[in-house]
Amino acid sequence: MKIAVCVKQVPDTETRIRITEGGAGLVESDINWIVSPYDEFAIEEALRQKEKHGGEVVLISLGQDRAQQALRTGLAMGADSALHLKDPAFDALDTLGVARALAGAIKTLGAVDLVLAGQQGVGGDNSQVPGLLAELLDLPQVTMAVKLEIADGKATVEREIEGAHEMWEASLPCVISAQKGLNEPRYASLKGIMAAKKKPIQALDAKAVGLDAAALQPKTKLEKLELPAARPGVKMIPGDAATQAKELLRVLHEEAKVI
Amino acid sequence: MIVTFAEHREGKLRRPSLEAVSEARRLADARGAKVESVLIGSGVKGLADELASYGADRVHLFDATELAAYATEPYARALAQVVQASKPWAVFIPYTAMGRDLAPRIAAKLDAGLVSDCVALEVKDGRLVARRPMYSGKAYGTFAWAGEPQLATLRANVFALGKPDSSRKAEVVVGTVDGNARAKVTAVHAKAGGKRELTESQIIVSGGRGLKGPEHFPLVEQLATAMGAAVGASRAIVDAGWVDHQMQVGQTGKTVSPTLYIACGISGAIQHLAGMSSSKVIVAINKDADAPIFKVADYGVVGDVFEILPKLTEAAKAYFAAKG
Repeated sequence: MKIAVCVKQVPDTETRIRITEGGAGLVESDINWIVSPYDEFAIEEALRQKEKHGGEVVLISLGQDRAQQALRTGLAMGADSALHLKDPAFDALDTLGVARALAGAIKTLGAVDLVLAGQQGVGGDNSQVPGLLAELLDLPQVTMAVKLEIADGKATVEREIEGAHEMWEASLPCVISAQKGLNEPRYASLKGIMAAKKKPIQALDAKAVGLDAAALQPKTKLEKLELPAARPGVKMIPGDAATQAKELLRVLHEEAKVI
Repeated sequence: MIVTFAEHREGKLRRPSLEAVSEARRLADARGAKVESVLIGSGVKGLADELASYGADRVHLFDATELAAYATEPYARALAQVVQASKPWAVFIPYTAMGRDLAPRIAAKLDAGLVSDCVALEVKDGRLVARRPMYSGKAYGTFAWAGEPQLATLRANVFALGKPDSSRKAEVVVGTVDGNARAKVTAVHAKAGGKRELTESQIIVSGGRGLKGPEHFPLVEQLATAMGAAVGASRAIVDAGWVDHQMQVGQTGKTVSPTLYIACGISGAIQHLAGMSSSKVIVAINKDADAPIFKVADYGVVGDVFEILPKLTEAAKAYFAAKG
């Protein structure tokens, strides 16, 4: 089984966000970059499926040079090889452009049985790429998977929705997006980290994945990034527990008018 | 014209769909434009009236037995078909599990820009401008589109419902679509106890490490029940295995915007604050007066959750009983 996994490098979830003057983006100097947690679930799932069915796991990431660290992390976990989409022309891509580049990279792999990705990239929080990819590759999709089984050329997937779980069945090849709960990602072993250094990372630019100027043109644009408005400040409720309980309900009703 | 996608479950339109129609109506009125809703399912024609009452001028109905359960491909085909024929200015889809699955598929089909999880929309120089949280609400981005249609998914619980007017009627246009799907739902399992969905609740009561152990988590659940609230949790106790990850609020969990958020025994790690700081009113109950949660709270209760939660549950029961 050949499995492609899309990996995004994102700021550590502990990061305190600072925004550049003018609001064009993040101050990157003190950011610790990690593999997006949902993509870790995707990598782990790919490795488990490979362990069960045999085959090959190829990681794909789009980003600047530092995205290689994210790929090395996945290779150290056990993936076989990686593609790094890297081109100055990728800097201004929107979600659709990113998905186009990823789809182009996946097509260079020939026949793929399964495409895995996190259900969203932490930070951008768009939750778009898996669905965009599926349409661009003309594949079925199941998003927000918390359980995946592959057998007889079919994927059986448990998917989380509001207040319920759905069971899905999809023909292979297909795109599956990983939700928290799918698995517990492994840590890379020292041996894995050493082995990862020798695994191949192939660079691909826009031309290599068949993207022309029109395909690179963003359809949406971040005009401004801002910090949220400061909260008004806390009002402490004094007294013993019983008094605090009564007083809290009173202020929620009379002042805040939320109950 | 603005097209909205209408999601329904068990014969009822879901509230985020009505919020999407309401918001479409508000923006369409400002532009003197029409609102059209797309309704897909089996035996769902009766829902068209409710869409009309919230502002749909026309309802595109795809009603067939093979469309009874949601499936990405036929639903995307139907919605794209309407958009290609009507050429709307914008398309609004609720940012629900279904909408999140469906919207990107349509964006790729139509080669159109999609902005996810919008919390505010306005018209500026004839174009749509959206505001959305990023980094789980640690920052907000303002987005614009190039070209049309401008596709947006709308966060649940944020856009105000319009006043329904039952005298409003919509023209119903019946469409047909190829129902084939390579990925299909084979079964649906409801969660035990009919738990309220976090992202769509007006009140959320959340618990954290301060509860000391999973055996004390019922203190949080009892308060939630007394207040008609959904139950949330911090990442720490989800990772410790006390509760299901579906209850996690914050980065790598759910980002919520309820009217009232009550954090019980949660110190306020940055990932948690990211997921709930856009709540309208925040109450923090914690024994440590220096806990970071108090920095985002509107009301603070310094004290022992083991004493305060039972008292608060009791007081809330009495309050809501008196209120009826």
